Amino acid sequence: MSVNLTLLLVMGVLYAIGIYLLLERSLTRVLLGLMLLTNATNLLLLATGGYAGLAPIFSKDIPATEYNDPLPQAFILTSIVISFAVTAFILSLIYRSWLLSRADHIQDDREDRRVAAQDAFDAEEDSEIAVEVSDFHENNQPAASREMIRKVTLKTTARKNAATGMEGPREGPDAGAGA
Amino acid sequence: MSIASLAPLAVALPMLGAALAFVLIRHPRAQRRVSLGILAVTLGLEVLVLAVVWTSGPVAVHLGGWAPPFGIVMVADQFSSLLLVVSSAVSLAVLAYASGQGAADGEESGPVSVFHPTYLILVAGVSNAFLAGDLFNLYVGFEILLTASYVLMTLGGTGSRIRAGITYVVVSVVSSLLFLIAIAMVYGATGTVTLADLAVKLGQLDPGTQHLLHVLLLVAFGIKAAVFPLSFWLPDSYPTAPAPVTAVFAGLLTKVGVYAIIRTETLLFPTDHFNAVLLWVALLTMIVGILGALAQTDIKRLLSFTLVSHIGYMIFGVGLSSVLGLAATIFYVIHHITIQTSLFMVTGLVERRGGTSAIARLGGLAKLSPVLAVLYFIPAMNLAGIPPFSGFLGKLGLLQAGVADGSPLAYTLVVGGVVASLLTLLVMARVWNRVFWRSTADAEEPDPVLLATAPDAAGGRSMRALRTSLHVDAVEGRFSGDNEIPILPKMMVHSTLGLVALGVALSVFAGPLFALSQHAAEGMVARTPYIQAVLGTGTVQP
Repeated sequence: MSVNLTLLLVMGVLYAIGIYLLLERSLTRVLLGLMLLTNATNLLLLATGGYAGLAPIFSKDIPATEYNDPLPQAFILTSIVISFAVTAFILSLIYRSWLLSRADHIQDDREDRRVAAQDAFDAEEDSEIAVEVSDFHENNQPAASREMIRKVTLKTTARKNAATGMEGPREGPDAGAGA
Repeated sequence: MSIASLAPLAVALPMLGAALAFVLIRHPRAQRRVSLGILAVTLGLEVLVLAVVWTSGPVAVHLGGWAPPFGIVMVADQFSSLLLVVSSAVSLAVLAYASGQGAADGEESGPVSVFHPTYLILVAGVSNAFLAGDLFNLYVGFEILLTASYVLMTLGGTGSRIRAGITYVVVSVVSSLLFLIAIAMVYGATGTVTLADLAVKLGQLDPGTQHLLHVLLLVAFGIKAAVFPLSFWLPDSYPTAPAPVTAVFAGLLTKVGVYAIIRTETLLFPTDHFNAVLLWVALLTMIVGILGALAQTDIKRLLSFTLVSHIGYMIFGVGLSSVLGLAATIFYVIHHITIQTSLFMVTGLVERRGGTSAIARLGGLAKLSPVLAVLYFIPAMNLAGIPPFSGFLGKLGLLQAGVADGSPLAYTLVVGGVVASLLTLLVMARVWNRVFWRSTADAEEPDPVLLATAPDAAGGRSMRALRTSLHVDAVEGRFSGDNEIPILPKMMVHSTLGLVALGVALSVFAGPLFALSQHAAEGMVARTPYIQAVLGTGTVQP
């Protein structure tokens, strides 16, 4: 298979500029990048057909090798139609984005930011479970252990309050009173 | 000439329905009936095709009478016709769900009237991708479904949907471009794009060229299937779309990518050059996906991450490239389409009932709406792989295939699969505990809808007919300004119920279904039935 070097060079340049523009944050540039990439791919498809030949209209006197390969051109035609529709759609998205936020750049995902910023500590699941302290065996425990239990419950209550924004502890006092 | 020759109607009928629905754009009720009717007819036809193909083996339809490999060919083999039936059943359920929602909220006022035509075009694109017998037709199928999905994703044009839509469109266009580049190179190397012809010719190429084409195709399909390093677009874009749209996307779109990967691995490149890579990718997809789900505070986002994670199981089966692994993958794909869609549908109902899908703002739904609790619990346990359900059977099949393979990497995958499954259980149980089980009073920041409807429910009013007279801000277009709308329309609940029942039926009839998957997998590994159906019996053996 033989190819046209100029077309290949153009294709390479289009790919390079297209990828560069695609990585920008401005939506219009991203769109331009996509258009260049599509056209570069169309050139690639064209190159697979080899050198230009005769129009593929059958005539008995012309050997089969003289004709152009029509299939890549059918591919390109389909690809052009699709990219036309998609370009129009992206343009409308960009316009809508401009109407809504007066900005031509890709917005951050707020929910994603929130998830990333959340505390690894989850009040409901990760709280240290307060040791059961009852009047019956409280006095049997050594002083150090009692002190630890008191600290744990205090810390948990404080964290829970910080996490939920509640003004008063709900089940904290019972556990705290025991210690 | 059998009934299987009518398979292309699975593409043509929804297209026709889309045209009709577009004409009827001013008559929502007629539009709903037409689109539901057309999809039901399509489903019936596909069941007939499956019944024929089940006994006769792959059937190829040469469109326009052109002899292969020159014309466009559509192939219905056991795998593709099985997927057609499941995808149409699921899309019918979601369409009924969306119709119920549209009827309840009054869709004359919104831009929702384009929903039905676009949805039918999406279904046509999915069917076209499943039936495509050549690479370029597969590309066209992808483009049809993607273009329809762009419209559905940004329906209503709210700020968050536009933001997510732009990312989604750009990523999809890039993946399609990669696919087109792969097609150009495949055509340049072999001079054909017919899959059956490629199956014969690709093996004769230089190994370096083969690897290049193989990688290009895998990357292009990997973006669409959302496998690990290429999956970040999915949890970003899916959750913002309207509930029925997310449901159908989650069920079908990624599975089309998985379908394309399976075809590439079995038909085009049956060699095991990239099996180790696929297995690593599967492991990372499973683990990274489910770890992402653990961090989420919104049910829709959480489910999107579990979706990514469970794609890993399918790639696991493909990477093993044994008949058992492939059969388990086919079974798992079918299970996952049904279950993931029903979970997203239930989430849509939770969103209506509780006013939000943020976990911190919900609570006590098991008491407020027991129907919803049951509808969530069954598919959630199914997804996590709790024994009587199909999720367990599919995972068991995959683990068996992994153990049968016996390599250290396969054993790592087996362990990874069990861990991901346990973490899925943790994630689903966490949602259950907070959204359904705890009392409404324990919700961190209860949603106004949840609080306002609680007394109504306590008054013993029927849950499904419950109406509310709240003025809810129409942030996501959920309540469209009406203040007398049924919170849980019957049609939405019934369609969800239907799909959950289908999921349970998959567990009950798992035996025959697994036999069917096994049969399909044997045909795909053997390759000759498919190739001979397309090219004729006199062809060279690959």
